[in-house]
Amino acid sequence: MVSPDDEGATAPARENCLVGTLWSKAARVFTTPHHPEDFWALVNPLASARQLRGVVTAVVRETPQAATISFRPGKGWDAHLAGQYARIGVEIDGVRHWRSYSLSAAEGRDPAITVTDIGRVSHGLVSGTRVGDVLFLAPPQGDFLLPTHPRPLLMLTAGSGLTPVMSMIRTLVPARADADVVLVHSARTPADALFREELLETADQFSGLVVHHWFTTERGRRLDLTSTADLDLLAPDWRDRVAYTCGPVEMLDAAEALWASEGGDVRMERFAPTLLPGTGGHGGTISFEKSDREVDADGATTLLDAGEEAGVLMPSGCRMGICHTCLTPLLGGQVRDLRTGELHGDEGELIQTCVNAPAGPVRLDL
Amino acid sequence: MTTTTIERRSPVIAPSGHPTVRPPAAAHLSDEDVARLGAELDAIRDEVIASRGASDAAYIRRMIRLQRTLEIGGRAALVVASFPPAWIAGTAMLSIAKILENMEIGHNVLHGQWDWMRDPDIHSSTWEWDFVAPASGWRHAHNDLHHTWTNVVGRDRDVGYTVLRMDDSIPWRPRHLLNPVMNAILAPIFEWAIALFDLELDAVKEGKKTRKALNSDLRELGVKFSRQVAKDYLATPGVAALTGSFVPALLATLSANAIRNIWAHAVIFCGHFPDGTDTFTEEMIEGETRGDWYIRQMIGSANISGSKLMHTMTGNLSHQIEHHLFPDLPSNRYAEVAVKVREISERYGLPYTTGPLLRQVGSTWKKVARLALP
Repeated sequence: MVSPDDEGATAPARENCLVGTLWSKAARVFTTPHHPEDFWALVNPLASARQLRGVVTAVVRETPQAATISFRPGKGWDAHLAGQYARIGVEIDGVRHWRSYSLSAAEGRDPAITVTDIGRVSHGLVSGTRVGDVLFLAPPQGDFLLPTHPRPLLMLTAGSGLTPVMSMIRTLVPARADADVVLVHSARTPADALFREELLETADQFSGLVVHHWFTTERGRRLDLTSTADLDLLAPDWRDRVAYTCGPVEMLDAAEALWASEGGDVRMERFAPTLLPGTGGHGGTISFEKSDREVDADGATTLLDAGEEAGVLMPSGCRMGICHTCLTPLLGGQVRDLRTGELHGDEGELIQTCVNAPAGPVRLDL
Repeated sequence: MTTTTIERRSPVIAPSGHPTVRPPAAAHLSDEDVARLGAELDAIRDEVIASRGASDAAYIRRMIRLQRTLEIGGRAALVVASFPPAWIAGTAMLSIAKILENMEIGHNVLHGQWDWMRDPDIHSSTWEWDFVAPASGWRHAHNDLHHTWTNVVGRDRDVGYTVLRMDDSIPWRPRHLLNPVMNAILAPIFEWAIALFDLELDAVKEGKKTRKALNSDLRELGVKFSRQVAKDYLATPGVAALTGSFVPALLATLSANAIRNIWAHAVIFCGHFPDGTDTFTEEMIEGETRGDWYIRQMIGSANISGSKLMHTMTGNLSHQIEHHLFPDLPSNRYAEVAVKVREISERYGLPYTTGPLLRQVGSTWKKVARLALP
């Protein structure tokens, strides 16, 4: 999405970059074998030649389990589009962990992630992050995006699945008089519902947003997407809307099936991989050629997990076979895709290490 | 479907049994003793690995910040190197910075001691050090060859670095009369000697290393060499020339590199050459178990006793025994490991060689001199 204004803006930026490169090359004569940024980092925590970083500017508690972390990214970050996610690296007990988190801030605003405490990394982020901390970043990515032309929308979310949709609502509703959004959000209780007050206020203020909360403890059951009954009741015109859905796997699977049988346009963002149990086989020895490491892994352990465990610098992203950040050339051997059970392995093939396990000895170009 | 044969990188360690010949210092131990000793040392290693964490990460980052601050301070002071106090301060800071960079930081990062942090800025696969020998070639010669074949005569090229006679079993030649002279020359130019040594010209001559591999190593060394020389002997004195300090600054960077070289040479020679350290024959590693491998590292290495500052300045190679047992444990943990290792070696009746720096250096020089003669 490049507008003519953006085109104009890149020319001076490129010039700056050239001067910066020359300056950096000159400084490198004095700092070799290290980068000038390695020394600059003594005073500027965002300086790094290898790794995009951001400094935390605010931490806001949203619910007892969730917090929004705003940060100021260093050079190399691209402004995010509503609905995108970013890979965030965080240190827990001295070890760097990477996870993908949806950005909850509106387009054009400083980036922020809203994290729900559900695992080791998210727990570290929610309870351990302080203003001034440094986060490690990768630029935003993802194609769970608003339609390019105005359309009536149905947002169907549950739990932390609201996060990317919140960025869309914040971007779209206050800015467009023709916005027409119905949000159906499911949470356990009102206290657990992310952004509840802001959503209710926005719905009050703008006619373009209608909010339906579904509290499972009050209703005594989950939102049922195996039939159209709940949707017919909450948003009778749902068939005329483009649906965006994000939440737990069961909900997405149900939505996928419903829209497949009823017809219509549905877009979804999945947060968890669907791995087949028992497809792993016997595993094998993984040789990381460049790192000069060798580990044995069973057939259920991904190449990514095994490599990280051995201290190899593994590129990684979503850890669920979607973002392709972890692609690594296979030098030899066979791997098994844990999602399908399929055995594959051509020499030079790019392997997604996050969803593949060794099937016999494997050599990776890492 | 094509099948690929994959060669194991680690040497084969026998699951049980014993080597053809057990080294004399360990001859009194039964196979069961050795297995038990191996298990005890494995437990020490596991304990450190399980407790690695934020405070260790903070330690290495603090060390890197200190080193970089000293390096900037040193080079800044050398801009006015014609002013004697600036020359002294600049040379001192730069020498300390180079020693820390090579030893406590570079050597240990390149061993993968900090890889567990998964920080690409402090990782064995991305690190390059302030030393003429390129990190990649050194890692192969040092981590793969020396640490695997520690003190096995004929296998460990670090026994005498192919130029010195450092063991009785090496046949005497007239050129060995120059042993002490060679060693005295080696010390101040140690980084150049290591760069040459890592090229493995002897292996090329024997046909064990290809010409192509040598050419690629030479190219890499050429690039590293020009950058190192440009930094220390052109750029830094060049800026100092603005204050008329070109020559004093050049003498200062030459001194800093020489001081680091002499120090590194002294510390490294204290690791395996002082009295009390053993060398090994091929029969002693044939059929080696994990416990035997540990024993070889223990009795083939020597520590240096001293203060905390001393340990830091040696890159914790003053805990050479512990480093050889566990080359990839973070260096800041060797001190606590040493207490346990020493207790184990006493309990099993194995020698544990240690002593103050001057005594150990004296001991290595005595060996260099003695082995100059048949």
